[in-house]
Amino acid sequence: MYLEGVFQLRGRDFVDAGLVSSRIKNSLKNKGVPEDTIRKIAVIAFETEINIISYAKEGTISFYLLPDRVVIEAEDSGEGIENIEMALQEGFSTADDSIREMGFGAGMGLPNIRKFSDDFEIVSEPGRGTYLKSSVMLNGNYRAKDDQDDNA
Amino acid sequence: MGCTTVKLSEIRKILDARVVVGEDKLDLEIKTAFSADLMSDVLAFARAGCLLITGLSNPQAVRTAYALDIAAICVCRGKTLSAKFIEIARELKIPILVTDYIMFETSGRLFREGMTGCIREVAIEEKSRAQ
Repeated sequence: MYLEGVFQLRGRDFVDAGLVSSRIKNSLKNKGVPEDTIRKIAVIAFETEINIISYAKEGTISFYLLPDRVVIEAEDSGEGIENIEMALQEGFSTADDSIREMGFGAGMGLPNIRKFSDDFEIVSEPGRGTYLKSSVMLNGNYRAKDDQDDNA
Repeated sequence: MGCTTVKLSEIRKILDARVVVGEDKLDLEIKTAFSADLMSDVLAFARAGCLLITGLSNPQAVRTAYALDIAAICVCRGKTLSAKFIEIARELKIPILVTDYIMFETSGRLFREGMTGCIREVAIEEKSRAQ
């Protein structure tokens, strides 16, 4: 896998929520990834970031640019998810007021991540933490910038 | 129904709004809008290039707009914006207007002038994909 970046996040650190998503977006823009793919990844990264800050003690978000897809991988240590089936339903939420004040916590996070992913995987152990992997396919619309430069 | 393109300068007039960020972008043309306070709904259903009408006055509104390539934000209900909100909007080059009108009035005034929602209703397939 081609690792492009790793970001550390701390639970309840709401001040910069959304910054990781902005950084991943900027990086993919610089690589010439198609805009619709970037938007999907930016949404996935944003919701993932909010989930870690809201529910975990700490966590990391990594992103990879492969020839055929962009991958977001997140791992956190925290309370984990008791019932993943329930958490994937729109409207199911255990959020508190501090999360709602940010405009989140209405039970749309994981459903949104799954909606924008072409491939989605989540594993969680209550009391330990959660692992999430999401991929968005490039559908042959992307050639690495280096390749483009070579042909210029 | 065709939709009309409205310049940001006209939107300012229609909404009696103050321009907080983006005085240099008042020629920007916008066709569609999306109104919500819940950022997860914006992330799920808004489209690139639209105007985001929201009462949420914290920096996550700007970050959400940036994630989706939203053209500009109009903060309704006369909310006071934090320095951090303005700083991030400047950094990400997203124009910000503030109007004292409530969200219903803000949306209605723009709709009357020919702007439309960036989607009209939530598509069945979008709902089923999210389940």
